[in-house]
Amino acid sequence: MLTHALILSAALFVIGTLGVIVRRNAIVIFLCIELQLNAVNLAFVALSRYTGIEGQLYVFFVMTVAAAEAAVGLAIIISIFRHYETVNVDKFNLLKW
Amino acid sequence: MSEVLFVLFAVVALGGAFGVVISKSPVASLLFMVATLASVAGIYVLFEAHFLAAIQVLVYAGAIMVLFLFVIMLLNLGHDYRADLKFGLWSLLAFVVAGLTAGVLAQGFMDVADTGFREDGAAVAAALDEAAREQGVAGVIAEPLFTDYVVAFELMGLLLLVAIVAAVVLAKPRN
Repeated sequence: MLTHALILSAALFVIGTLGVIVRRNAIVIFLCIELQLNAVNLAFVALSRYTGIEGQLYVFFVMTVAAAEAAVGLAIIISIFRHYETVNVDKFNLLKW
Repeated sequence: MSEVLFVLFAVVALGGAFGVVISKSPVASLLFMVATLASVAGIYVLFEAHFLAAIQVLVYAGAIMVLFLFVIMLLNLGHDYRADLKFGLWSLLAFVVAGLTAGVLAQGFMDVADTGFREDGAAVAAALDEAAREQGVAGVIAEPLFTDYVVAFELMGLLLLVAIVAAVVLAKPRN
């Protein structure tokens, strides 16, 4: 079952990467990043059965950092939306030449 | 039995992940994400990580997803049904990057399997189960968290405080 969990974790991570690249909606891109974090968490939990409790501890830390990241990231999205009136990342072209 | 459940959860998780990427409405993406998170929590239970499964459902599928939903509602994006997938060169690039990522992950996991850590895996799992019986599923995590990792734990609290202050400052309208 460990191998299957690692394969599932890799598949979820790849789908998350795909979503970050192909979507334009900033909120959905953000959701896909959360998906990648979850894929890594799954690998940690699966491996913790073979290496000890530390794997689960790291998942605990990753979840906390993900919560902090979600709060700050969504605040940034709200702040950008006030300026551009959209969350389409193609429209955020201040640094583009 | 647990294999059947694992396949069920894995199928729901993968389907939900595809739904997040493909669906047009951000709200639908979010609900697919909740399905994925819940089935990943189910897989955590299969790996005897009951505490993390509970946290996953409460904090991730509950609090964080509600925060996303709240922002979608606040910015009134729920009716944005225009497809926003990038096609053409972008999708080609996406598949190349995804393929390379899959290759790197497969290589990495193969290296992990080669190190032979599975030899004493059964002993580690038995020790974990024994500790869970003695201390409870939360106690097993709490014991190292408040001894060996207490500095990291305190820093985590500081990080959350900074994140809350930063979120308030960033989201406050400027005038």
